[in-house]
Amino acid sequence: MKVRLNRIAHARSGDKGDRADIGLFAYDAATYAVLKREVTAERVARHFQGVATGAVERFDLDNVWALKFVLNAALQGGGSRSLRIDNLGKTMGAALLRMEIDAPENLPRLSARSAD
Amino acid sequence: MNADRKIRIGSGLGFYGDSWQPVRASIERGEVGYIGSDHLAELTLAILQKDRARDPSLGYARDMLPMLAELYPLGRDRGVKFMLNAGGLNPQGGAAALAESFRKLGLHAKIAVVTGDSVLERIDELIAAGETLAHLDTGAEISSVRERMVFASAYLGARPMAEALARGADIVLTGRVADAALFLAPLVHEFKWGWDDYGKLAQGLTVGHLLECSGQASGGNFGGDWQSVPDIAHIGYPIAEVSADGTAIITKPPGTGGLVSFDTVRQQLLYEVHDPRNYFSPDVVLDMSTLKLDDLGDNRVEIKGASGKPRPDKLKIVGGFHDGYMGEASLAYSWPDALKKAKATASIVQTLLVERRVKYDELHVEYIGHNALFGAIAESDASENLNEVFLRMAIRSQDKRVAEGFRRNFPWLALSGPPFVTGGGIQGTTELIGIWPTLVRRELVETWVKIEMIEV
Repeated sequence: MKVRLNRIAHARSGDKGDRADIGLFAYDAATYAVLKREVTAERVARHFQGVATGAVERFDLDNVWALKFVLNAALQGGGSRSLRIDNLGKTMGAALLRMEIDAPENLPRLSARSAD
Repeated sequence: MNADRKIRIGSGLGFYGDSWQPVRASIERGEVGYIGSDHLAELTLAILQKDRARDPSLGYARDMLPMLAELYPLGRDRGVKFMLNAGGLNPQGGAAALAESFRKLGLHAKIAVVTGDSVLERIDELIAAGETLAHLDTGAEISSVRERMVFASAYLGARPMAEALARGADIVLTGRVADAALFLAPLVHEFKWGWDDYGKLAQGLTVGHLLECSGQASGGNFGGDWQSVPDIAHIGYPIAEVSADGTAIITKPPGTGGLVSFDTVRQQLLYEVHDPRNYFSPDVVLDMSTLKLDDLGDNRVEIKGASGKPRPDKLKIVGGFHDGYMGEASLAYSWPDALKKAKATASIVQTLLVERRVKYDELHVEYIGHNALFGAIAESDASENLNEVFLRMAIRSQDKRVAEGFRRNFPWLALSGPPFVTGGGIQGTTELIGIWPTLVRRELVETWVKIEMIEV
């Protein structure tokens, strides 16, 4: 089924120079495995087309069920020269949580939600 | 040394302008021995540079004056020491202002001032010593911005701060240092960790990284189930309870709001670190992949297992260069057709800019209420029926007159443009600062680092 990431994961984002830096966190090991498979650097780069113009890097942190995405050339040259209201990319984590992926229906968060 | 002895360190500010009210609870009820206060985000030096340009005695984070006037007396009887990078671009000016403030208040303290991070005046010397100072990411040559550089500061490590503590400082005031080093320094000082004990340094750096953003490790800005965080009005800032082997418990003062949990702590763990296996600091390179986080419940999360690799041979410098001006303006449109009207107005303004041959580097248009935050990712499902939309337009130009004149394209639209318009927020002109990250051999900076003690 198609699932928005915010149903199964949480995120925080910030900046470093012209890079946006997004942590994506699974609530459980099963979901983490799905995120690793589905949320590739290529998909994230496509998702942020028109916002981030540089390459996207992904770093996996299995010990805390987290993926770190670094979006290069994402902040119009950096916070102190950007013309955007969100000059520091603080909401880019939310933008990532809007992405839809294919996920099995039996993920813990999905079945917990449908039960209530 | 008592092997069971623990050092408790609390978060101060997480940026210039942050609240220090939550720090009161850490001092009064959190049994902290140290407060580490990070006033300098990456772009803060750009703000302080503008202060200094107006008045050469400024250039430090001025919020430390009222903050310490309130918190230092509160912590004095408990022996609380303060580590602050609030010196910004002018640690000596900041220390002078602090000493003056303390004298007026009748407060006594040993203030240590760490200087030597600023290299703006030494750029030619560094180049002569063989450094290219090329842009770390793009490889661009520094000559392209050399004449427009307004600040350049190296990130110093924990060492001079630990030394200042060894000399008996109550308050350690620095310019640019690695944020986490504000917290690592007291641990090295207290536990006498070796500068080559990379495992322990890595644990200390992890602690510092978790504490450097005030409420972000205790439920603030929690991008998960934020509604589960209780009583944010009275949020407690995080406290680390650290053992001599580096094992740490992240917690917060009793009777405060907020939430310290596996989820809130790991969000901060990955915050702005780039590669979590190679988190560079001047003192150690941290590998987070071996960390174990254990949620003990009751707002306590245990952190252990950090791996450390030897410190890098080079220090990071972040410079800022003048990069033109921004002019901006906004107008508010109500239903019906709020977004359509805002778009029509943007198009009218763009037409005029072309006809008048206005030269600019970039024009940015965003529709607040529709896509100002998500930009190209914003979905348009609801855009037909929006209650209201703010049009915000911003222009970048190297010519200050162009930036200043930009706003004059807007007032006439109140009477002669699309209808149901109000709230013409005509903002001023902002100087823009480009950021120049680069590297330098550490000895070229560290030989210039000085610690000065001031007794008030």
